[in-house]
Amino acid sequence: MSTHLSTDQLLHAYTVMRTIRDFEERLHVEFATGEIPGFVHLYAGQEASAAGVMAHLNDEDCIASNHRGHGHCIAKGVDVFGMMAEIYGKKTGVCGGKGGSMHIADQEKGMLGANGIVGAGAPLAAGAALAAKLKGSQGVAVAFFGDGGSNEGAVFEAMNLASIMNLPCLFVAENNGYAEATGSGWSVACKDIAERAVGFGMPGVIVDGNDFFAVHKALGVAVERARSGKGPTLVEVKLSRFYGHFEGDAQTYRGPDEVKNLRETHDCLSLFRQRCSTEGWLDAAQFERIDAEVAQLIEDAVRLAKSDPKPQAADLLSDVYVAYR
Amino acid sequence: MIHTLTMPKWGLSMTEGRVDVWLKQQGDSVEKGEEVLDVETDKISSSVEAPFSGVLRRVLAQTDETLPVGALLAIVVEGEASEAEIDAVIEAFQAGFVSSAAEAEASGPSAQKVEVGGRLLRYLDLGEGGTPLVLVHGFGGDLNNWLFNHPALSAQRRVIALDLPGHGESGKHLQTGDVQELSDAVLGLLDHLNIDRVHLAGHSMGGLVSLNLARLAPQRVASLTLIASAGLGPEINGDYLQGFTEASNRNALKPPLIQLFSDPALVNRQMLEDMLKFKRLEGVDQALRQISGQLFGGGRQLIDLRNMVGQQPGLVIWGSDDAIIPASHAQGVEAQVEILPGQGHMVQLEAAERVNELMLGFLKIQP
Amino acid sequence: MARKISYQQAINEALAQEMRRDQSVFIIGQDVSGGTGAPGEQDAWGGVLGVTKGLYPEFPDRVLDAPLSEVGYVGMAVGAATRGMRPVCELMFVDFIGCCLDQLLNQAAKFRYMFGGKTTTPLVVRAMYGAGLRAAAQHSQMLTSMWTHIPGLKVVCPATPYDAKGMLIQAIRDNDPVIFLEHKMLYSLQGEVPEELYTVPFGEANFVREGNDVTLVTYGRMVHVAMEAAANLARQGIDCEVLDLRTTSPLDEDSILESVEKTGRLVVIDESNPRCSIAADISALVAQRAFSFLRAPIEMVTAPHTPVPFSDALEDLYIPNAAKIEAAVLKIADKRNAA
Repeated sequence: MSTHLSTDQLLHAYTVMRTIRDFEERLHVEFATGEIPGFVHLYAGQEASAAGVMAHLNDEDCIASNHRGHGHCIAKGVDVFGMMAEIYGKKTGVCGGKGGSMHIADQEKGMLGANGIVGAGAPLAAGAALAAKLKGSQGVAVAFFGDGGSNEGAVFEAMNLASIMNLPCLFVAENNGYAEATGSGWSVACKDIAERAVGFGMPGVIVDGNDFFAVHKALGVAVERARSGKGPTLVEVKLSRFYGHFEGDAQTYRGPDEVKNLRETHDCLSLFRQRCSTEGWLDAAQFERIDAEVAQLIEDAVRLAKSDPKPQAADLLSDVYVAYR
Repeated sequence: MIHTLTMPKWGLSMTEGRVDVWLKQQGDSVEKGEEVLDVETDKISSSVEAPFSGVLRRVLAQTDETLPVGALLAIVVEGEASEAEIDAVIEAFQAGFVSSAAEAEASGPSAQKVEVGGRLLRYLDLGEGGTPLVLVHGFGGDLNNWLFNHPALSAQRRVIALDLPGHGESGKHLQTGDVQELSDAVLGLLDHLNIDRVHLAGHSMGGLVSLNLARLAPQRVASLTLIASAGLGPEINGDYLQGFTEASNRNALKPPLIQLFSDPALVNRQMLEDMLKFKRLEGVDQALRQISGQLFGGGRQLIDLRNMVGQQPGLVIWGSDDAIIPASHAQGVEAQVEILPGQGHMVQLEAAERVNELMLGFLKIQP
Repeated sequence: MARKISYQQAINEALAQEMRRDQSVFIIGQDVSGGTGAPGEQDAWGGVLGVTKGLYPEFPDRVLDAPLSEVGYVGMAVGAATRGMRPVCELMFVDFIGCCLDQLLNQAAKFRYMFGGKTTTPLVVRAMYGAGLRAAAQHSQMLTSMWTHIPGLKVVCPATPYDAKGMLIQAIRDNDPVIFLEHKMLYSLQGEVPEELYTVPFGEANFVREGNDVTLVTYGRMVHVAMEAAANLARQGIDCEVLDLRTTSPLDEDSILESVEKTGRLVVIDESNPRCSIAADISALVAQRAFSFLRAPIEMVTAPHTPVPFSDALEDLYIPNAAKIEAAVLKIADKRNAA
């Protein structure tokens, strides 16, 4: 499979995936200390999906995410320091500490928000696509949801609307096999989520989510379709998550050694490195340099997040409205 | 002679009035022009004057009764009449009386709107004959500031009352809001109506506009009536102007409006609501600020046209207790000067009968 | 400026004038035009009661029919609002809140706060509320307090054509999500409405009647019922002050307290069910903040704790009427001789 990706694009893709991986792995460690409030839902294992999709988007394009949104945010260019501080509930967080892990958003980067209501992002993304269309811009919107979210009525309605209104909206179902503790083989009535596309008048595509290049290629087609005014696509990205639904989930619903095996054979970063090395696109030194930079970035982010101040009492009451009268 | 006293129509929108207090009782004699009863509408309270003399033989409307415009209030008999004759007149009247809002409205004055010089102007055109009289209202007002003057004045001659730009139902957009723009609008209307020469009457800022018009086009101004007028001295109540301009709710608007009147009870809920409705219209806030900036910046009158008084026959009317522009500005001008004791700034509203009488008397002797 | 048009026409005019003025305003809802995808005429309905008729022909790109997908199209309106548009989304009956509550409760209302003040959601949701049309339990509710309860939303309840136009224009220009509630029994009410654009601010109650003896606080259709009661009570020598709240969020607390401090007696009238109602909310406010001024207990006049019945005989018992308001007033105020 040829890729037509430049060296810069490959380096960028690896940087994005490495940043997500290290961010999530570090959170896994830090969360266990009890210092991080609330819930976190880790994206580790799914990096190729975020990186492969976002490679085709710019700041004018929008994405809506779900509770497992760190990877989407990082890939879309949301500030890593701001994200870490937000997760720690600090005032320097990208939402002033008032949203937390599940509500990270950055409108300037076209990140409509991570969302604690599964499936809710789909109509929002369709709305962003509608706005782009009404404004006559070339912008597209992408709704990310999981196999669990794919069963929400909100997603069905958004897909139907996007089709009948011919909106530049993509629906990316990241099927990691589990909705919380429930297997998707059971909860999704048809064999593959992508099969539902027919019912909503759009093409359905299945992609190996561990293969960055496969994701990149399929999404390139879908994004181009949307940009050229031909409407929405449903892309089912099959991948795995290395951690539980939330941090603290013992994952007893998974097979013995399942995660261990996945990390050995289905790690999208390893597969990316192998591919680039085999093809002679990138060398070890380039990877190691990025690894070191990212490690430092995450280290700095955590250090700052820990030492940054928390919001004050006045912040409790601010920003409920733009103006209350 | 059996006269029917009916519910008057004050202003454009009045459709009914509530009988508040009978000032004369059945059997009293009544002189023409005397106040017979107080009537309250949703907008204002005032007194009904007898248009004829005689004896108040029948009081038909009860206290607190609400009746439509044109309804029968009482019978006044000049000379002799039997009870039976009075009954017959009442019966005939009621049989023929159609009390519908449309009828009442149709019988009353209705304003027109016209595009003049690229802007919309609303105006009332009443009465006929003689050199027309043009009424120019003040800052934040409209042609209804003259509602108790329209009937009496238009009985004798043609009367035109307009909404200045930025006010009433005229267009709200202003170029600069200076006095030139305002008096040009008046001149534009006169040109549109093919009226060559007029008697001008201006209240407050309207007086300044009239003075400026007289300065610009003296040959078109037969006489000048200035009522509590701006343009005759430097003092003006800057606090009132600022308070009025900035008020956006009833509690903020009430104190400034009270300063306008000698009777604070006139500033009722309806007046406040009507003024707020005006101020909420798109463009009004900007227009008011432009005008006050041009004419009254810094809480002082910026334009002095005192020397224009005397260039044509003049009548100056002021309330002694005017809290907006001091009555002292009326002194020493070359005109007939009348200071009405105990009256405030809105003297043409609160002392309408006297103002009408003075104006009619003054206009009658003009060539 | 002011000629008489209906409440319904006032709403239509507000939409048309704002859409002319601002290209980012668009309308979306079920049959807001009507005829989409059907072989007959476009703009066949203009809304189920014709409120938006005539807008599609003038703005064919910005009056969007939606299928029966409240979650979908209300969510879309929310998303579009965060991206620089000013959607006016129609929820045909406020009773359909159940179909799209998440989009408004958890999404639109919370974005500004959750995202640290950096997201703006200038959305208007128009919905019909209220009983009287014999539309029965699922098409006649008020539910005002449910919206009012949610931080981040504004709730607007015009009672007159003048307020309907001015507050809808204000709602469209407002940068927060606004729930704009139109009483279905007021659509044909006539009133003086300026032809020009104007706005009526939120959070300012209207003193529709001034009086000294008792304060009647209400909103929506009940304003007119309260005025009817006030006229009847005036004949018995009781002088009522009537406050039209106009918006329940923000709430003009100052005017309510000012009035109660003057009269010492309060009757709150609310067409909705009594538990956790606007009436209960205002009663608590006054009890807490103006207790020393009260000369009698607070009275609430509301519908009963039942769904809205269908039969006209029952619905007429359900909806608060002037007689019930008068009875409540007479419980706490003495009759006086006429002044």
